[in-house]
Amino acid sequence: MKILVTVKLVPDTTADKRIDPATKQLVRSGVETVLNPFDEYAIEAGLQLKEKIGGDTTVTIVTMAPESGKEIVRKALAMGADDAIMISDPKAEGSDVWGTAYALAQAIKKNGFDLVLCGTQSTDSITGELPGALAEFLGVPGITHARKLEVEGTTVRAERETDNGYAKVTADLPLLVSVTKSMNTPRYPALKGIMGAKKKTIAIASLADSGVDKPVGHEGARTELIDLVSPPTRGKGEVFQAADAVAGATKIIEFLRERKLV
Amino acid sequence: MKTLAPIPHVDPLDPLALDDALDPDVRLVRDTVRDFVRSRILPEVGGWFEAGTFPRSMPRELGSLGLLGMHLEGYGCAGASATAYGIACRELEAGDSGLRSFVSVQGSLAMYPIHAYGSEAQKTTWLPRLATGEAIGCFGLSEWDYGSEPTGMRTTARTRGDGYVIDGTKAWITSGGIADVAIVWAHVDPQPGTPATGSDVRGFVVPTDTPGFTTRNIERKLSLRASVTSELVLADCYVPASAMLPGVRGMRGPLSCLNEARYGIVWGVVGAARACYEAALAYATTRVQWGKPIAGFQLTQEKLANMALELQKAQLLASHLGRLKDADTLAPAHVSFGKLNNVREALAIAREARTILGASGITLEYPIMRHMNNLESVLTYEGTSEIHTLIIGQALTGLAAFS
Repeated sequence: MKILVTVKLVPDTTADKRIDPATKQLVRSGVETVLNPFDEYAIEAGLQLKEKIGGDTTVTIVTMAPESGKEIVRKALAMGADDAIMISDPKAEGSDVWGTAYALAQAIKKNGFDLVLCGTQSTDSITGELPGALAEFLGVPGITHARKLEVEGTTVRAERETDNGYAKVTADLPLLVSVTKSMNTPRYPALKGIMGAKKKTIAIASLADSGVDKPVGHEGARTELIDLVSPPTRGKGEVFQAADAVAGATKIIEFLRERKLV
Repeated sequence: MKTLAPIPHVDPLDPLALDDALDPDVRLVRDTVRDFVRSRILPEVGGWFEAGTFPRSMPRELGSLGLLGMHLEGYGCAGASATAYGIACRELEAGDSGLRSFVSVQGSLAMYPIHAYGSEAQKTTWLPRLATGEAIGCFGLSEWDYGSEPTGMRTTARTRGDGYVIDGTKAWITSGGIADVAIVWAHVDPQPGTPATGSDVRGFVVPTDTPGFTTRNIERKLSLRASVTSELVLADCYVPASAMLPGVRGMRGPLSCLNEARYGIVWGVVGAARACYEAALAYATTRVQWGKPIAGFQLTQEKLANMALELQKAQLLASHLGRLKDADTLAPAHVSFGKLNNVREALAIAREARTILGASGITLEYPIMRHMNNLESVLTYEGTSEIHTLIIGQALTGLAAFS
């Protein structure tokens, strides 16, 4: 079984981020690039399936990123993925969700797949739209926000998180599943995995070599960023001077009651 | 016209961007261990230190990460570079010196001698289990009366039948009370009246369930509290001849092991010092006195600048020794330069960091005093600063101040 996991390279989630007002792009210099933390759950899900199913099951990482991101992708290989496909092309720069999903779909189709796993969203743009778009381009069912996933033969059983609970769904391979944080705890890359990852293949391909026949990147973008607005700065909080602890506690309870928080 | 390049960013936690020089796989080792320490160790280590315990599950957790004997090849070990091993020690000790001590003892003092000097049977019996943390190892060299002068050890192994009977007491043994196997060094069949040069010293791989082998933990420590320190007592402890390490004789055996472990310390203490510096920096930028953060006062800035300076110098020294070790050109005296300087400066950084936190600095709410107390042990174990000074002195002058 061929499991493909899509990953995105994002600026370190803990770093302070700044937007360049001229380009409306995130300033990436001085900020370390990491694997999108949401994608680690998808990688872990893939690895657990591989361990369970065994046989000739493989886990392949797919990403679209500049070639300089190769060593970040290696973390996924150190966790246990078998190999990686990387679309690296200057013409891919500025791709929106449509372009990214389209390009990834072509590379995934070219490689062949039974199951595509995605994180639910990225920590930088946070649109959460990619899994749906990718399933559409692949022409397969998409089960989004899965918190539980089982594969038996060609049948996939999953639990989809909903606003007030979860839905049990089944579908047949091939298909796409996006994985939520409640599915698993991503493993640490162990030392042997890190050493072994040096010998694994990261196949780098241009857009053309990946079978992408339509313009993506800035040229093919279907969305345009018109303006960026900072969230309103929060006003100063109210300060109460309480005579003693009881008066203070009473005041806090009143405050919470007014807002129906207790 | 040439446009001016933007001024590169200075990261307060790695001001000279020294980690940028690391290979990508070494950086991955760093991130793995750092994540583990942040999520698993830091939330709890204050409690372990206070209670004086080392969690029983820790060896297996460290083993599953592949950190035990990671710089050895084969037998379930990862075969990482010396630099990668150093980085792991640094990140572990940013958690706690006790944690790093466990890993040092397991990998460098228990696994290394078996790997370097052991028989094939000793290797296959012990190394894979020690690598996963299923088994725990310790190293018995020091005794109550013989620390800096290990050659004077009283422990003996006397031939009896097809094996040896070991008698003696080893002291200050990290992991002793929880160990499954001990590497015990002893004079073999010593002849009365002959000067103790140590040429008759051999190492033995002794399972701790051997009759005559008992341990007693050393309590009431004010340092390395999240680490087990024990006394090993061997009384009429019979081991077969196959328990002897065949590949080495004389003091070169134990000293080569210490050299491995000392190398890890050179890196480890950089982690402890960094943790203290980070805590002090975070405190100084948020603690307000006279209406501004104390980090804005010149005296505090001088402290922070000096701490950062020594921290970066210590890191440069560790990285340099790592390159020498990876190139197989690391001499014991080189390691002494590293241990002497880096432990001394780490302790100085810890003490300076404590002053920035004022009273808060003495509590377990912050890591500083825990590190400071731990570093007091690190200053004297694995060769006191005095011994390392004399090793350097001998390397420089060709004259030995001790034998």
